[in-house]
Parts: sequence; C-alpha cells; structure tokens
Amino acid sequence: MSDKRLTFKKRLHIIKHGLRGKKLAPAFSALHTFLFTPDETTHSGAHVRVADDLKRTMNTVILALIPVLIFSFFNTGYQHFAALDAAAGTPRQLDLMGNFLTWENFWLGFTQVLPLVIVSYAIGLGIEFLFAVIKGHEVEEGYLVTGMLVPLIIPVDTPLWMLAVAVAFGVVIGKEVFGGTGMNILNPALTIRAFLFFAYPTWMSGDKVWVHDAVRLAGTPDAISGETILGALAQNAPYHYSISDMFFGFIPGSVGETSTFLILLGGLFLVFSRIASWRIMLSSVIGALVMGLVFNGIVDQGWIAEGSRFYSLMSFPFWEHLLVGGLAFGIVYMATDPVTGSQTNRGKWIYGFLIGFISVMIRVFNPAYPEGVFLAILLMNVFAPTIDHYVVRGNIKKRLKRLTSATILAGEAGGKAEQLKAETV
Amino acid sequence: MPTEIRIKKGLNINLIGAAEPTTSKAVPSNVYSLNLLDFHGLTPKLIVREGAEVKAGEALFYNKDYRPMVFASPVSGEVVEIQRGPRRRILSLRILADKEQKPLAHQPLDLKKADAAAVREFLLKTGCWPFLKQRPYDLIADPDSRPKAIFVSACITAPLAADINYTLKGKEKELQAALSALAKLTPGKVHVSIGAGADSPFAGLQGIELHRISGPHPAGLVGTQINHIDPINKGERVWTVSPQDLVIIGEALLTGIYNAERVVALAGGSIKNPKYYTTRIGAEISTFLYASGVNEKNFRVINGDVLTGRKTRPDGYLGFYNNTVTAIPEGDDYEFFGWTKPVFNKISTTRALTFSWLHPNKKYNLNTNTNGEHRAFVVTGQYEQVFPLDIYPLQLLKACMVGDLDEMEQLGLYEVIPEDFSLTEFVCISKQPHQEIIRKGLDLLHSEIG
Repeated sequence: MSDKRLTFKKRLHIIKHGLRGKKLAPAFSALHTFLFTPDETTHSGAHVRVADDLKRTMNTVILALIPVLIFSFFNTGYQHFAALDAAAGTPRQLDLMGNFLTWENFWLGFTQVLPLVIVSYAIGLGIEFLFAVIKGHEVEEGYLVTGMLVPLIIPVDTPLWMLAVAVAFGVVIGKEVFGGTGMNILNPALTIRAFLFFAYPTWMSGDKVWVHDAVRLAGTPDAISGETILGALAQNAPYHYSISDMFFGFIPGSVGETSTFLILLGGLFLVFSRIASWRIMLSSVIGALVMGLVFNGIVDQGWIAEGSRFYSLMSFPFWEHLLVGGLAFGIVYMATDPVTGSQTNRGKWIYGFLIGFISVMIRVFNPAYPEGVFLAILLMNVFAPTIDHYVVRGNIKKRLKRLTSATILAGEAGGKAEQLKAETV
Repeated sequence: MPTEIRIKKGLNINLIGAAEPTTSKAVPSNVYSLNLLDFHGLTPKLIVREGAEVKAGEALFYNKDYRPMVFASPVSGEVVEIQRGPRRRILSLRILADKEQKPLAHQPLDLKKADAAAVREFLLKTGCWPFLKQRPYDLIADPDSRPKAIFVSACITAPLAADINYTLKGKEKELQAALSALAKLTPGKVHVSIGAGADSPFAGLQGIELHRISGPHPAGLVGTQINHIDPINKGERVWTVSPQDLVIIGEALLTGIYNAERVVALAGGSIKNPKYYTTRIGAEISTFLYASGVNEKNFRVINGDVLTGRKTRPDGYLGFYNNTVTAIPEGDDYEFFGWTKPVFNKISTTRALTFSWLHPNKKYNLNTNTNGEHRAFVVTGQYEQVFPLDIYPLQLLKACMVGDLDEMEQLGLYEVIPEDFSLTEFVCISKQPHQEIIRKGLDLLHSEIG
C-alpha cells in the first residue's frame, strides 16, 4: 500500500473522529463508509462476523438491474425510431445488430433515461441524508435499490419535476415516517409509482406515453403510436409483436420492464447469490399462471362472448402474461423486497402466489390498470404482516399444545403421587 | 441403543488454528482470579476478606439468595485483592497461589447410599453446584427446584472449541460418578449427546440416555439438542452441565477434593502452535498463551470460542466455565471498497460476490471486524437457514427488542439462551447484537415473571 493512500485513510479517520457527535457525522459517515468499510470491531456476542453487510446486499440487487438498465437505453431509442418509421408507413423489421444495438438508439435512450436516474437518486438520497442528519442516525442503504428501480418502472417521458415530487412523497411518506429502511410497510419504489399513477394519470397510462416523443407529437401530422401490448388487448385491438419480441423485450413499455429475458437472468442471479427469495419468485409465477389458466378456461368454456371487452385479455395465452407488462419485473425486483414482503418462509409462498394471482386479475378486469402488478404488490405489502401473523400463530399453537399435554402428564403424575401418599397414610 | 438425531440447518465455521491433540502442562500461575461476570444474575456475599489464607476448594463467597451455595477457590493461597466496581459491586477476587498446594478435603460421597438431598448438599458445600446451569434464563441451577431432565452435550461443533473426546479421554470413572449423582437430582432422564461416529468417553456410561447427533454447528449446542429431544415448556426447568465440569464434579464425589484442574484448548489464527494445556480455573492466560507463541501484536484473546466467548486480555484469567481460549487477529482497520469488491478470504452464507461457497472446506483466518455497520433488520430468511430450533428467530428477537412479554413467552424464549443465537448473530447482515438482545429479553422475563 502506498504512503499516499495511507495518509488519505488516516485523514478520513481523523475527520470522522473530529465530527463524532456532531450533526453532520451521519452525512460524512455515509460517504466515508462508501469508500472504506469501517474499522469497527465486534464488542458483544460473536467475535467474528460474515463478510456481507447491507451495502453489499443492496449492491447485488443493483448489479442485477444493470443489464436491464443498459437494455432500456437501446430499447427507448429503438421504440422511438420504430414508431417514427411506422408512422411514415415503412414499418421496421427488427435486426439486432442492424437497427437495435446502434449508437443512435443508445444515445437517445441514454439522454432520456439517465436524467430520470439522476433525479431519482439526487432527490431520494438528498432526503435520506437530511433525515439522517436531523434524526442523528446513519444513512441506510435502502434507497440505493429504490433509486434504481424508480426510473425503470415509469414511462420514459415522465417529466423530471413530476418524478422529483413523487420521489419526495414516496421517500417521506412511504419510508421515513415509519422510521427509515427496514421499518416501512409499503415498498417505497411502488409508493412512488402509485403516487405518479394517481396524481398524473395522463402521463402514466394510455396509448401515448410508452414511447419517447409520442406525447409531444400527438395531434400533429407526425403523430406516432405509443401503445403497449396490454393496451391493445384492452381495446380488443390487434398487436404485431412476436413471442420472441416480447420475451427479449423489443416492445414498448415502462423504461426497464420490457425484457423478460434479462429480468429472468437478473432473477436467476439474485436467487443464485441468495439475496432474493426464490420462494416469492416461484410462487408469484405460479399464481400468475393459475389466474391466467382460469381466464383461458373461461374462454374455452365459451362463458364469455367474443365481443366482450375482456375477451382479448382473457383469451391471451396464460403464460404470455409473464412476458408483457411489468409482471416479470415486479416479481423479480419488487415482490422480493424483504422489508415489505412476508418474512416467514411459509408466508412467502402465500404472499408470492397472491401477488401473481391478483396481478393478472387486475390486469384483465380493469384495463385502465394494465400494470396491475404494482397494485397487487402494494396490496400484498399491506397483508404481509397478517400472513406472517397466522404463520407464526401456527408455531405458537404447537408450543401451547405441547404445554397442555405436558401439564396433563404432570397432573397425572401429581395425581398418582397424591394417591400414593393417601395409601401410605 | 442411542437414538440418532440429524441436524440439517446450520453452518460449520472453519477457522485456522485448531488445537493440535498434544497436551503440555502450563506454567503454574502466580495469581488466580474468579471473575464474577461468569455468574450472570448472582449477588455474591463474601466469606473471606482480603489477606485471608484459603485452601484449594475452600469457600470464597456465597450466593446471597441461597446461603449454602458457595464458590470455591481454585487454589490455595492468599486472597490478595477483591476488585469492586460501581456501587461496590464485587467484580473479581484474586488469589496469590501457594507454592505447595493445600487442598481442602471433604468426606467423599457414597453414591450407592446417597439420596438426592445428600447429593445436593455435597455439591453445594464443595463448590461444584455452580457448574449446573438451568434453563430458562441461563442462570446457575436453583437447588430447590427439580428439573424435568438434565442435558449434557458431549458433541462439540463450535469453531475451534476444545475436542472433549480428546481432553476427557480416560476420565470415564469421574464422568460416571458425576452423572450417577446428577441422575438422583431429577425425576426425569439424564440426556447425553455424543457426535455420530466419534470415540466418546461417554459411549459406555451407565444410567444415561445416550443420543448420537450429527450435522453442522449448532448441532453441538445443548439448546439444539434439548429442542430436538425434549423441548422446554413454560414452567418447566432443565439443567445443563458441560462435560469438562462433570470431571471436576466426579473427582470431588470420588475423592472429596475440589480439583479445579482442566485441559484447555489454546486455538485461533493468532497462535503459532495451537494445542492443549493443563491448567486451572482462574489461571492467568499468559501462563500458556505465550508458550505457544503469537503471530501478531494486535490480537484479541477470547475466553471461550469465537461465537460465544468473552473478550479478555493476555493478562486476563481463564473463565469458570471455559475450556477453550481463542486468539484471533483484531480487525480494527478500514478496508478500501470493502462492501463492493469480491471477497475470497472471509466466510459468507450468500454468494453476493463472496466466494466462500466455492471452497466449503477451506479454513479461514477471520478477524474481529464487523464487516459493515449496524442496521435495522432488513433481510429475511437468512437466520432460518442456520437455526435448527423450532422457533422463529427473527420474530423472537423483535419480541425481545420491544419487550413484549406475551410474545416472548409464546415464541419460545424459555427454550433458548444467548448462545443459541450466536450463529444467527454471526450471519446477520444487519450486524444486530442477537445474543445481547436475547440476554436482555431473558432478564426482563425473569424479573417480570420469574
């Protein structure tokens, strides 16, 4: 190690001790611990500890999001230019190297998505720092993941001021009022998404917002379509995307939700690294498939007329639900949030299943909410403690049962002793 | 025929510096010390004063709540110091040892004739009683109570802990005497768990319920065994005793002499030649620590194993219940980008750019760094992987933190003691002090419900 680095480390150490007990200590410490794992040693209990900490955990989730983010740069550009071509009457044929992975697509997407990421982090972390300084606790890492999730689950043209307002709302009302990371009831990223959805519905749904510039060009002679597959299905309109387009993500949608393939890779990485719960992921998928199958069955039985406004969505093949909309993204990155999800292993199965089940239900029955998954997760966030309560009750009941049988045994033994005593007298 | 118990959940922590199976005699310590912190919840009343001459095995102080329970001097010599803390609380007693040891001889107990009362009286007066611990609450056993069973774990799975199959070899006579005596104190059974396939000195003993237990740590913790054999219910008491303490009890029963001698493992990454030493309870650790040599200046000495032991110093003293002394490097240094770079030299239960899963049998030299800061509970499902008891660990910890007595009871706090949460504490990503939380929870429950 060079002398220079040693002095840098030393200097930071001296500043840290100088700030001890002062208001700004948490803010400095947040930056310091970003550079160096602290020199803190164990003082009670186990003298050695595992290598992982919360920063590493959060960082792993961010790593799993990076491919999705990079893909979103390309897809934002691709969808924009494809829509322009379509409006001009020359629909594009996808060519991965030819017209998808191009500098032009990347640059457009980069300049559109990066500001969303920057605003999300700047506002969110700013508030976290502020609360840490006011309340005198350490800056906790929860927002590192939230800040990356938020830009990926909103339409690309969401105005930055709108995002800023929503992030402020989500972080303060969704998290800080409960006491910060680890204490919140609702997933902060989804709280932000829900705020945007209900406060600015015209920017968050419809057939314009999903492709860059579709809103700006609407009503002009150059108007382009910004329709998603679910939007088309809700209007019983045809769509022209293949299964492979859906799976690999060459479709319009929220910034990062389109590529089921990369989300699947991210999910596998999270399961392999043991950061996210495979129970929640698997049971959510099962739940979504079951609900999809039920709808397909209704169509097969002929219980619903072809003219019904639910017909297209109900007859949509059950497994393709996983490929469109935000379902896959929600299942892998949001349902698995350990703080707001179920905390018991058995509870996780129920929690995940219901998320998948309700997502598809909302999606089909209320076409105004094509992104049913975020509502389903928020709903289940509220119910997760109840699920856990009943799972833990099971354990308590088992213990009580053991206690009663033990007391009966003891009672019998006691009774016998009494009898013996009586006999000897 | 011993019953088989297989533990699936858990984690073996492989550390370098396990004690080699050779034993040397430690240099006799000049000064011996009894640390009152070893006896949680005890209010001592002194019998001797500073300057008093005592024999080995003579009572130094007694339990204020139970007069006949005395604590014996490990050596003969002069009481040179009674250390006191705030509000004149006694912290420790120091005894300057005689060159020639003079033991206090009691009348040996005739085990065939003795009844429960005689055994109890003998153990109390010889100073052997404090070796018996009780659950719930992890205190010295209450002599007036009748435990539903007595448990001994003779299967050691804690990292770098002394191998009792080695240290207790040839002590079958003492072990048998101690277990026969203890069996008289309970209407239930005396359960002894030994490692599967191990050549245990307990294997041939009479009058005990033998269990063969296998699986990763914490299979060797007596709490795990109780939970699998006969879990504790509210209102019940269970006693536990460590195998090496049975030898002292047994010898006292057979000869009438309280002999505080014990074989201690000196282990850990900071020790050059980790091995076993014969020494006594309360001996100064430096009397054998430096005989094995140390690898670095900045190390931590632990009375006990790395998961449950108490921090001490080279000039500290061997604890009352300890048969392992561990020395590992201190970790009081910063690590550049330690939270994000790939990790090869530390243990992890995840695979988040941590690679200990690639080498399950590799031995690590862990230091005392926390590898991160204290946080609120965030991750879930992690403790359950290493916690084989039929208890919800996260929920129980939270119940203890908020002091919810009903929840604590219902979720099984009566069944656990802090050491049962040592492994969950080790793997905790939020770096929460699990053992401290459980200790405080037990103290609260004890004071409120008793």
